[in-house]
Parts: sequence; structure tokens; C-alpha cells
Amino acid sequence: MSDQHRPDPEAFLRQAAREGRGRLKVFLGAAPGVGKTYEMLAEGRQRREAGIDVVIGIVETHGRRETEAMVQGLEVVPRRIVAHQSHALAEMDIDAILARHPALVLVDELAHSNAPGSRHPKRYQDVQELLAAGIDVYSTVNIQHIESLNDVVASFTRVRVRETVPDSVLEEAEIEVIDIPPDELIERLKEGKVYIPEEASRALTHFFSKSNLTALRELALRRAAQAVDAQMLDYVRAHALAGSFAAGERVVVAVSELPQSAGLVRAAKRLADALRAPWTAVHIETPRTQGFSEEERQRLAETLALAARLGAETASIPAAGVAEGLRSFTADMRATQLVIGKSTRSWWFELRHGSVVDRLIRDIGNVAVHVLPGEERPVSGGAGQRSRGAWGQPLDYVWAMLMVAATTLAGRLLLQLIDLSNISLLYLVPVMVAAASYGLRAGLATGVASSLAYNFFFLPPTGTLTVNNPENVISILVFLGVAVVTSQFAARMHAQTALAQASARQNATLAGFSRQLTASASPEEMRHAICAEVARLFDVRAVLLVPSALGPQLRAAYPPEDRLDEIERAAARWAMEHDEPAGRGSSTLTASDWLFHPVRGKAGVIAVIGLAREDAGEPVRSDQVPLLMSLLNQAAIALERVALEEEMMEAGQIRERDRLRSALLSSVSHDLRTPLTTILSTTRELRTGYSPELAETLDAEAQRLNRFIANLLDMARVEAGALPLRMEATDLFDAVASAVHDTRPALAGRAVEVEIPPDIPLVRVDATLLHHCLINLLDNAGRYGDPDTPVTVRAVRRPDAIDLSVIDQGPGIPPGEEKRVFDTFTRLEGSDRAKTGTGLGLAIVKAFAEAMGLAVEARGMTDPPGACFTLSIPRPLILTDLSDEDLP
Amino acid sequence: MKLRHKLLIIDDEPQIRRLIHAALARADYESVEASNAREAMERLREERPDITLLDLGLPDRDGLELVPLIKKESDTTLIVVSARDMTDEKVAALDLGADDYLTKPFDTDELLARVRVALRNRVSREGGTARVQAGDVSIDFMAHIVTKNGREVHLTPKEYGVLEQLAKFPGRIITHKQIMDHVWPHEHEHHVEYLRVLIRTLRQKLEDDPQRPRLIGNELGIGYRLRLEPEGE
Repeated sequence: MSDQHRPDPEAFLRQAAREGRGRLKVFLGAAPGVGKTYEMLAEGRQRREAGIDVVIGIVETHGRRETEAMVQGLEVVPRRIVAHQSHALAEMDIDAILARHPALVLVDELAHSNAPGSRHPKRYQDVQELLAAGIDVYSTVNIQHIESLNDVVASFTRVRVRETVPDSVLEEAEIEVIDIPPDELIERLKEGKVYIPEEASRALTHFFSKSNLTALRELALRRAAQAVDAQMLDYVRAHALAGSFAAGERVVVAVSELPQSAGLVRAAKRLADALRAPWTAVHIETPRTQGFSEEERQRLAETLALAARLGAETASIPAAGVAEGLRSFTADMRATQLVIGKSTRSWWFELRHGSVVDRLIRDIGNVAVHVLPGEERPVSGGAGQRSRGAWGQPLDYVWAMLMVAATTLAGRLLLQLIDLSNISLLYLVPVMVAAASYGLRAGLATGVASSLAYNFFFLPPTGTLTVNNPENVISILVFLGVAVVTSQFAARMHAQTALAQASARQNATLAGFSRQLTASASPEEMRHAICAEVARLFDVRAVLLVPSALGPQLRAAYPPEDRLDEIERAAARWAMEHDEPAGRGSSTLTASDWLFHPVRGKAGVIAVIGLAREDAGEPVRSDQVPLLMSLLNQAAIALERVALEEEMMEAGQIRERDRLRSALLSSVSHDLRTPLTTILSTTRELRTGYSPELAETLDAEAQRLNRFIANLLDMARVEAGALPLRMEATDLFDAVASAVHDTRPALAGRAVEVEIPPDIPLVRVDATLLHHCLINLLDNAGRYGDPDTPVTVRAVRRPDAIDLSVIDQGPGIPPGEEKRVFDTFTRLEGSDRAKTGTGLGLAIVKAFAEAMGLAVEARGMTDPPGACFTLSIPRPLILTDLSDEDLP
Repeated sequence: MKLRHKLLIIDDEPQIRRLIHAALARADYESVEASNAREAMERLREERPDITLLDLGLPDRDGLELVPLIKKESDTTLIVVSARDMTDEKVAALDLGADDYLTKPFDTDELLARVRVALRNRVSREGGTARVQAGDVSIDFMAHIVTKNGREVHLTPKEYGVLEQLAKFPGRIITHKQIMDHVWPHEHEHHVEYLRVLIRTLRQKLEDDPQRPRLIGNELGIGYRLRLEPEGE
């Protein structure tokens, strides 16, 4: 019970999407002349009087006086003049309206096609943009312009209009039917009150017959009722009012290259609408599909595009046969309704190939199959063009005849050895080879040629074509039969191989693509890989843009030097904002050379891919679109994966930073307070009387504090990445001497033994960073070395490096801990290791040394026991062979 | 009759001013104070101090900008006393005309030593000296002769050029650029490594233990200083 009351999330989303969007009201008429424009203007005026900001976007008065009177007093946005082939066309100026941003705009003739070069080819797309900008729109349309009714209207009026409006536009609109009785309309027509374009007047006279008008009127009323129904349903679903719906319905329509497929698509749309079901248009790619002519391909693409425009999902599925493909597809989709066309093929074709419809109905499970009649005759040209392929190449026949000739020659030679009747078996070889290799017709021709040759050269009387034996008639029939059977088998195998190859190719492409993507670690690399792969696979130039606050940003391109100009940018932006393809070959901004496809992630468009062909042709062939879609899906998944990985890495870094921060805080509170406590109490003691020991303590603790703060500062610089390197020639004597000088208090009177060969070369390092490394190492040696033992600073020249080591004598480093000592806030556990220190010193040594390109290493010493910390200065940083004689 | 030297302390921290004032008073110097750049320029004009101690972090103006202004305004010896420890800033201050640089935290003995050096240099600049004695090394500017323990040390012209630059203002930091501008006046691009090689040979000739140089002190990344009283370990 509760299930029934759960709001349908999709219905809710649809309602939510409308918030902030303008409302569309459509004045729907059955025919021209019913007074839609007048009614729209009248209502516009009313709204204006009610204080609403109303402007006229575009209104065609067609010189009607009543209509013109209605325009008076309403603000009209001036039209934009578009030059087109020496005509000046006045189109609605959408940018001016957007800039003016009224509350309500009146836009006549929703189905109008814009002048070429406009932003959108169709006016309803302009209206969509106005709505998206939050502007309410009133518009008008006649029933015959509605996409899904186009066929129906054409079927009884015999007038087909080219300008159509997708049903989806009307689905979100409030519809008001402008209804007058047909008699009255005919009366108005006679009075000349109806505008008819002159060139169409003859056709329209038929159009305005009473029966037509009645039918149109009924259609308009029904369409309006349907819209009300749909909106009611949406409301009911969004608010979870109790009610029952046909849940889980899905309509699948099978489309082919034949012209009547468009009618099937429209019928499926009506069925899906009636069922409130999602629907899918599918094309089954069979071996036969490979032989399509360009015209057939184009028509198929158009049909699929029509379906997409009407709100269907589209798919192309490779399969060995139409029936098999449809069966598995409907099963996969869990379709409940299947719409297919009635075969228009000859009985002969069906006899050979079997009727798809029959087989489907027999095999398909729980699916209602709607078989609809074709509405138009197939165009004859297509079949003729296709059959040329079956005839094969002329060269094939030459080879076949040569084989027959060779067999004849061989037969003549073998005649001494074998019986005449067996010679005929020899001729089976060329027949089978020709049928298998070159197809049925070549096989048949070879069969005929073979029987003729056998007859002429071998059957008595030789040298003539007379048949005096029924045996020979049979042998001819056998040849032909073998040719037919062999070629059928071979053709089927060919087809299956070709299909398997095509599908393997596609799979390989996809697998290769995803392999390329997995190989890239960063989003940057991945974007480049996507571009490079798409460019390679489709032989196009490819760019990838990502959304940003400033609009689409070009992030990757292949070839890399591509830059986009204004119209490309606009198309990319459109694709990104509207989640639809834009640019060349789409329905928006077609003047662009580029085609932009959105890459859809879970949370909307995450990127836009642009494709352009060098020769400025269509970037993607219609049969490549499914592959492109699959690639884009994969790209989206991959991009999201990398983004997720990056987020997780960031989260990991933040956790690590947090750990460091808390370690730092505890360290700071301990290590700052300890010396401060000593300093405070010592100064208090000093007030009572001066003693040199107290002053000494004060000095030592202050030094410790200073050292600690210096380390904190250094670490902060390392972590902020603000470590400007000043690599310059440095004398290790100077470096060691000043480090020893600065750590004298920390070394507490310990001897420092400096063992540096006098001829040690200069090294190129950052003197300050090296200094900090050395004082931290000396400080560390002073702290952990046993009391009264010396600290040794030793430089050793190796062939490829200079090792600068600081060695103490003490407990050393436990095995296995050599690497860990350099971690931030690591202090080795151990009885006498719990000495003061921040645990920062060695981490700073490592960070600074590595910043300069030096390697650091810690190891335990055994004789005498202790620790040895080594900085290795690699060969490139050693200034060899620089002596005073070379100086300028 | 003893001439009391006058010092100007420019620092926005009263505690630091008080500390320096006390230390200077102990050494019998007279001092005046300024807590910001505007005040500093006024005091400079009114008091004509011999030495100015300048903190770079002033509330109304960056101390580095003040360095050339102070040098233009008076002939005071300028010692920068700052918590800024980046090498670049030290070099910038010295190249802009500061005479010495001391990093906070410092101890007052070090400060007083620098002040003494500065005052001696002022005297020698005014009176002019022909000889400088640093430990057991003696440099005769007129004769271009350098002796150690009374025995002449042979120096190449370049080596002498370096030593001369250091000895002109003994005890004061001389930046790499200042030395090299003098020794290689025609080289536009300076190579510190050449200077390092010269310093090494100089030390081998003049230091008791070239591995632990005491006479020619190195200032990390900035320059060198000739120590008049070579310090012990």
C-alpha cells in the first residue's frame, strides 16, 4: 500500500526542473485562420493590464486588421535582419529579448524554421532558451506541425508540412485549443480572412475541406486532452496521490533503412505516450547492413535521429539476424511492447529468408508485438544498388573461367587414366571454389560453364553441345545444385565472419580505449589520452573542454595546438549547458566546423568533446555514432574514477596533514614550554642574586628555544613548498666551519673532528640549506652521542659522489629504523633516547637535502658504536677541475 | 677628552630598544631612538648619529626601502638588525648600502663588537690608514705587501685584490658582488666559484689551519669578513 503512495522521483524531478524556468503556453489550432495569434495577443494585453511586463518577440499579422489592432500598445522587440542569398530575412532577435528580459514574451509560429546561420535552426529552440532564462512564453502552433501527428495529418490531408515541433516541447506547455467550428472557418476563408501563402494555395484548398477540418479539430482537441492527462499524471505522481499506473512498461521499436520506419517511430511514440512508458528505437545490424548504400545509411540515421528527437533512446545492435537481435534486445531491455513494420518484401524474399515477423512472434516471450503496415512505398533505387554487390567483380568471373579451363586441360590429360564419368567429378572443384570465394552468381556461372565444357570437350560427340544422354542432363543439374548450396553456405560463413570481425573490431577498439585510459594516472593525462584516442579512431581533430565558472575551458586537444574561436566556444557552451550535442551535424549552431558532444557523468555534464574533420566535413559518420557514444560513456566513467581517486588522495593528504598538525601541537606545547619554564624560573632566581651558572642555563635554554623555532620555521617553509633554491659554489670547509661555529652551545664542549681532504672540490649547493642540514646533524650528534665523546665530520670523495658524514659515538640506530629516523616527529624509542627534541631536525635534513638533489642515509656504526648520517653530493653538483690557474 | 659616539636605534619594539639602549649605555655610547620610519628620518636629520641600527620590520615603511634613503640623507654607518634571516634580504640590504647585518636573536656582545668595528672603520675612513693588522697578518696598502709573522707572503694580483677589499673594511661583511666587482671589473656575470677558489688559496697562504679558517670568515651565501681579532674555538 505504501508503495503506491511513494512519489515517483522522475516526476518530481520534472516538476523541480520547471522551477525557475519560464512557463510555456501554446495556443493550439486545428488549421490556419482559427485565430490563434489574435487570441494570444488578446491574452497578452490582458496580462499587461494586470501589470505584467509583456513584450512581443515576433508576431505575423499577415496584414489582418483586427490582429494589427491588437499589437498596438504592446512593446515590440525589433527583429534582427539576416542576410540570406540576397534576401533580407527578419527573424526574432533572441539576444535582444534575453537582454530585455521581460516577464512574458509573445512568440508567434512555434514551428517556424529560422534563417540559415541563426543560432538555432528552429524557433522552438529559441523558445526553449527563453524559457531556460526564466522568461514566460506564449506561442502558437497548428496541429499538423506536431511531430508525432505529422504522418496522421498527412495521411488524410495529403499535405505534408516540413516544419515540425517535437512533442516534448508541448509536454511541458499549457495548451489552449483555439477552436471554431469547421463551417465558420470555411466561411472566414471565403471572406479572405485567412492568410494563405500563394504558392501553396491550391493544395490548401483541398486542405480546407470540411472533413479535413473536422478531423484536424478532433486531433487538436485530443492532443490537448492528452497533454492535460500527462500533466495531471505528473502532478499525481509527484505528489503520490493514490492511483494506479501501468508500471514497468517499455516500448521498443525496430527501425530499418526503409522509409516507412519514420512512421513506425511516430507510432511507437504515440504508444509510449499512451502507456507513459519509456521507449527505445533499435536498429539491428545484420550482415546485410554492410551493403547499404549511402542513401540508405542516411535514411537510417535520420530515422534514429527522429526517434531521439521524439524522446526515445536509440541503439544499434549487431546480430546475425533481425529476429535474433530483436529477441535478445527486447529481453535485455525488459521490453513489454515491440513495434515492428509489416514486411514489404516480396513473397520470394520471405520464402528464402523467412519472415522476420513470423519468426519473432513465434520465438519472442512475454512481449506484445505490434505489426504496423508500411505507410509509403519503398524507394526502388536502393534495392538495385544493393544487388550490384552480389554480382561481384568482373575479375572473379575471369578467375572462375580460368579454373574451368584448367580443369578441362587436366581432364584431357587424365582421360587416359580415369573413366569419362569420373571426369565430371573434377568439374565440381572449380564450381565449389568459385561459389565459396566469389558468391552465388559466380558459382552458378561456373556451374554452367563447367557443364558446357564437359559437354563440349568430353561427352561424345565431342566438339558439339548436343546432349544425347539423360545422365548428362543430371550432371548439369548437379553442378548447378552444388553451386547454389556451396555459395549459400559460404555466404553465410562470410557474413558471420564479417559480423564477428566487426564486433571484435568494435570490442577491441573499446578495450584499447579503456586500456589507454587506465594507463593515465592524472586527470590531465587522461583528458589528453581521450582526445588522442578519439582523434585517432575517428580520424578527426579532437578537443576536450571542462566546465568552469568562466564557461567551458579548453583542457586537452589533439593535435595539441588547436584553439577555438567564438562560434565553437558558443557551441561547446551550449552542449555543456543543455547536455545535448551542438555544432556541425547537430541541430544547434550548425555553422560551427566542430561537433561537440557532452560527456555525461553521474552528476551531469563533466566535459564536452569536440570533433572536427580536417576537410571540414561531417565529423562523425552516422554509423559511427554508437561507437562514439560508447567511447564517451567509457570516458565519463574513467574521468569520474580519476576525479574520485584524486579526491581520495586529497582526503589522505588532509588526514596526514591533520596527524602532523596534532603531532606538531603536542610537540610545540612540550618543547616550547620546557625551555620557557627554565628561563622563567631562572630569571626569577637571578633577581635574588647573580650566579654565572644561572646565566649559563638561561643562555643554553634560550639557544634551545631559538634552535627549535628555527626548525619550525624551516619545516613550515618545506611544507609550504616555499623553498627557493640558491645553488651556488660552496666550499665544504666554509660550510662545516660555520655549522660547527653555530652549534658550539649544543655540542656542550664536545670535540669536533673535521676530516676533509684539502683538495676536496667545491660543490654546488644552497649554502643556507646545507648549513641547516649540518647544524641539525651536529645538534643531533650532540644530543644522542655519549658524553665526552667526539663528533666527527668527514668528507670522502668517491668516484661519483662526495659523502659528507656526521658521526657520533653512542647507542646508534637500531637495525631496521634507518629510514624511519627521517620521518617527521619520529623519536626512536629506547631508554636513553627520550631526550628533548622536536623530531623535526632529521626530517628537515632529509627535506632540505633532497630539495638540493642530495641523498641522505643513516646507519648504525659498530666500531666504535654510534650513528653515522651521510649526505651524498652527486657528481653533477661537484665542481671538479677548478684551480686557481684557470681563473680569468 | 673622550668623544661620546651617538647611535640611532630604529625599532618598533620598545623592549628591543630598551635592551639595546642599556647595552650601549654600558659601553658608554649615547643613543637616540625612533619607532617608525618617519621618526627615524627626523632623528637622522636632527641628531646626525655616527651609527644607525635599523630594524627592517617597521610599521609605516619597509626597512629595505629606508636603507638607500638613510645613506643618501647622512653619512651614518648603517647596521641592519633584523629577524629576517633569508639570505636574499641580507644581500639586498648590503648591496643597497647597509654596512653590516645582524640577525635577531643576537647577543649584545656581538652587537657591541659590530659597533666597535663600525666606529673603527669610520675613523680609518676619515684618517686613512696605510696598514691593517689582523692577528699575525699585516697588510700594507701602499707597498702591496702582505706579511705573516713578519715574513712576506707572496700573493697573486687577484688574491691581493680580494684581500684588499676585505681589509679596507676589516670586521665588516663584504658581499660577493662587492669583492667581484673589484677583482673582475670587466666580467658581467659573476662566478662565485672563482672567488671561492681564490679564498681557498688565500687561506692556505695566510691561515694557521686552512681547514679551520679564523682570519677570513665566511658569511653563508652573502660574502666574507676579515676578522681583526681571529676568534678561538
